[in-house]
Amino acid sequence: MIEIRWHGRGGQGAVTSVEMMALAAIEAGKYAQGFPAFGPERRGAPVMAFNRVSDKPIKIRSGIYQPDVVVVLDPSLVGLVPVTDGLKPGGILIVNTAKPADELRKKLNYKGILFTVDATHIAREELGVPIANTTMLGAVLKATGVLGLASMKPPLEHRFGRVAAKNMSAMKRAFSEMKAAKAA
Amino acid sequence: MGKRIGMEVAIAAVEAVALCNIDVAAVYPITPQSHIAEHMADVIHDGRIDSEFITVESEHSAISACAGASAAGARAYTATSSQGLMLMHEILPIVSAMRLPICMANANRAVSGPLNIWNDHGDIMPQRDSGWICLFTENGQEAIDLSIMSFKIAEDPEVMLPCVVNIDGFQLTHMIEPLELPSKAEVAKFLPPRKPFASLHPDNPISMGCFAMPDTYAETVKAKETALVNSKKIVTKVFNEWAKRFGRKYSVVETYKSKGADTLMLTMGSMGETAATAVDEMRKAGKKVGLVKLRLWRPFPVEELKEAIKECKTLIVMDRAISTGGAGGPVATDVKSILYGEKKKPRVLNVIAGLGGRDLTVSDFVAMFEMAKKKKDETFELYGVRE
Amino acid sequence: MATKKTEQKKWPEKWHEVNPGCMVFAAGNAANYKTGSWKSQRPLTDNAKCIKCGICYIYCPEGCIQEVKDGFFEANLDYCKGCGICAHECWPGAIVMREEEE
Repeated sequence: MIEIRWHGRGGQGAVTSVEMMALAAIEAGKYAQGFPAFGPERRGAPVMAFNRVSDKPIKIRSGIYQPDVVVVLDPSLVGLVPVTDGLKPGGILIVNTAKPADELRKKLNYKGILFTVDATHIAREELGVPIANTTMLGAVLKATGVLGLASMKPPLEHRFGRVAAKNMSAMKRAFSEMKAAKAA
Repeated sequence: MGKRIGMEVAIAAVEAVALCNIDVAAVYPITPQSHIAEHMADVIHDGRIDSEFITVESEHSAISACAGASAAGARAYTATSSQGLMLMHEILPIVSAMRLPICMANANRAVSGPLNIWNDHGDIMPQRDSGWICLFTENGQEAIDLSIMSFKIAEDPEVMLPCVVNIDGFQLTHMIEPLELPSKAEVAKFLPPRKPFASLHPDNPISMGCFAMPDTYAETVKAKETALVNSKKIVTKVFNEWAKRFGRKYSVVETYKSKGADTLMLTMGSMGETAATAVDEMRKAGKKVGLVKLRLWRPFPVEELKEAIKECKTLIVMDRAISTGGAGGPVATDVKSILYGEKKKPRVLNVIAGLGGRDLTVSDFVAMFEMAKKKKDETFELYGVRE
Repeated sequence: MATKKTEQKKWPEKWHEVNPGCMVFAAGNAANYKTGSWKSQRPLTDNAKCIKCGICYIYCPEGCIQEVKDGFFEANLDYCKGCGICAHECWPGAIVMREEEE
């Protein structure tokens, strides 16, 4: 079972990301959970959302405290929110940022597996808005290999209708443009 | 069977109720039930079902509107949580006394003082004596299945009692997970239209919601009590029919790896799944532990529970609510009561945990099993409260 | 949807005789209670003064004033409690309250 924690800001679509991830996994015949950090939210406030994906039925109804993967949707959260808290040894950190990986490593004092992608830039180009939630799905799929890109097509189409194609392109770009940071 | 699709549990619960051809929904939104209120309004507004959505101004009005609709013969539905359920409180025993088969979803949430929107069972416990049939769900599939079954149970001519289906707020309502919705045709075969025993109609005037003097009231209490106690066998009958039609088996009391267990834990609601994972881990390590799950809270399934726990030496009763100033949690208090007269009974430990949405992890449940070994007395334990 | 009428006992003696939901199946049986027996005054109408406006019928809180032959109005003394509202509201003063004991 893989546990993923997403960090974003209210209104940036972190909950939509986990929804797409869960729906895609279930469509592909797996078992999955997608849920937000429960509670009141407001636009711009740091939020978290979570996924569990497994080939076996998932019988856990608690939060995720030791994720295998942490995804940061908004670069401004780095240094503001303890994004690496609880990340399992050998776990994966994926950050939406235009900054070089070394700078991130220093800021977070993080020596583990790190992937970076300028998802905001990709989203601006492909979608016309700096909303990077669907873009980052591509990065997560590439980094974890938990699902194939094609599995995202049905939930994205159902959710985004006419603009699904643009979201798919943004996702595919992140999939290929994501950079693996050098080992610390 | 159907195909598993990803769905938010609250949405799925509404879709399940929509399959039941309800006539009237009077729902007032409150977190974490609000997705149920919103989606039900959408479904009816979009004309997907031939129903009336009454936009009431409070939960008290919601249940009152349902009572009126049900008295006129309609299949009525509502949903609420926490303070909303507390606001309904004065009407709940009236609805059961009037034998109106209203069905309700309760998104379990802590009760205010201080304000808390997260999951615990403090909202349903004060409604314990209201005469409603009370069911608990553990996951999204059960929320769908029990929502549909609740109408069949409530409307059975031998029952005619309102029924509440408890769905843990946030933990379940806001969770996207794989779910199977039965088809409209399948539900139509399972659940025929409502045939009320009596209803308000100008052609045949009757009175409902009457008055009883001291010389009559006690007899009406016995009549209602008998009806509620007898409803248990209909609950089991409906569960069995569901198993035949849809392949998913439910019981008023369920056990998980309880055979040969020295220590059993009793849970209600979604924490049971996490507890089951803890049991798996401990069984792998050779510990003789197991789980008992209470699906039917009212009427209390006395015989079935006694049967499920008869072999264990220690019974940990999980409560997600407290009876303030009383003898602990409501579930443990009932369990201890029914065991009082038994010659052979386990040591009962009451653990009150998960209050106000405090998370219960797999390791918490493992810790509780360990604690049960060491604890000598039988007072209740407020788990995890910082001293 | 109409209901079948079932046997209506005055009140249940044994618990299993309680109608489900404590429903009362005898329609309109409140009329069996003649609640006018304790009034201390009764209304008397002078039809010569009555203009048949029906105000007394509208205002009667008991609903016991009925229209009778020729369009005049009369209180049903089985249920009239002598509150005097009809006399108070009557425009032409056709209704006066008389002591019951007279």
